[in-house]
Amino acid sequence: MAELNVDLVSTDRKVWSGTAVSVSAPSVDGQIGILANHSPLLAVLRPGTLTVTAASGPAVTAEVTGGFVSVDDNLVTLVVDEITALR
Amino acid sequence: MAGGSQRVYKQRIKSTQALKKMFRAQELIAASRIGKARARTAAASPYAQAITRAVSAVAAHTTIAHPLTTERTKTHTGRAAVLVISSDRGMAGAYSASVVREGERLIEQLRAEGKEVVLYAAGRRAIAYYSFRGRELTGQWSYGSDAPTSEASEEIADALLEAFLAPADEGGVDELHVVSTQFVNMVTQRTRVVRMLPLEVVEGVTQPGEHEAFPLYDFEPSPEAVLDALLPRYIRSRIFAFLLDAAASELAARQRAMHTATDNAEDLIRTYTRLANQARQADITQEISEIVSGADALASA
Repeated sequence: MAELNVDLVSTDRKVWSGTAVSVSAPSVDGQIGILANHSPLLAVLRPGTLTVTAASGPAVTAEVTGGFVSVDDNLVTLVVDEITALR
Repeated sequence: MAGGSQRVYKQRIKSTQALKKMFRAQELIAASRIGKARARTAAASPYAQAITRAVSAVAAHTTIAHPLTTERTKTHTGRAAVLVISSDRGMAGAYSASVVREGERLIEQLRAEGKEVVLYAAGRRAIAYYSFRGRELTGQWSYGSDAPTSEASEEIADALLEAFLAPADEGGVDELHVVSTQFVNMVTQRTRVVRMLPLEVVEGVTQPGEHEAFPLYDFEPSPEAVLDALLPRYIRSRIFAFLLDAAASELAARQRAMHTATDNAEDLIRTYTRLANQARQADITQEISEIVSGADALASA
């Protein structure tokens, strides 16, 4: 099964990077779920909770204040302004 | 007894030694901070890359004219903003001086083109330069230039964006230039002028790889809204990158300047030690000849 390559970056560092099964992000139109082979997407984020279900290991959850997410060819880039510690 | 010149030399040696210690300490501090500054630059680059990729994706898939990417033809104001990024502290050789000089050159050029220059300064050295000469600064930030935070860059970027988007009669500007220093390597730092706004080139526009056609992007909520959210972030990340680059350059310049200063202090100490020895020898010689001539005078009496 195809997997997502996820990069989670904030202004001054790369927060998390790896492969994931699914990503859930707070877009301005509502929480969006991203699975493998999602169509290309560029969405603006609102403050909310971000969840990355990693392919191995525990899921990554964090509060973000805003940013955007881009999906292209199973490459998910989450760009966030401010982010709380990962849980 | 003539010990006057000896005392003067000893004093000079002592004070030069004290200075040398300080130069050495500054050099070591700068050297230890460069690594950190460069690591920060590296840490910030994934964000910048992600933003650049997203901006170029939007640019490649849509044909929307955004206020940040278009020349202000209708609301032309004839004003150009210049942001000069210098350091907070001196002791960095010609670092601040060359940034300010480059800034002056740019201002001169913009004036020759008939534009009114709106000046912004970051770093105490640039602020001091302009306020001493009574030049009006529209914005000034002393933000801890050797370790800039993303909050500081946000503040600067927001002020500049506001000026760019403001209506003509409220002090809006047509363009924004940034004068800063580019960190090439430890020995070379180059001052450079970048026209930041309106945005023109987007580097690394994504080329269609194995796909024959561009993938069709979904924009949420709309291409305009995405661009609205992206471009200010892009500007912020560029400004942050400038500040980080300037910080690394400043530290490298300081390390080099302090290294030279330490060497010079060593040279001075050596010279003064020679002079002091010479003076001591002269004193002794003089004393001996005084004693001998005294004894001669007694013997012949």
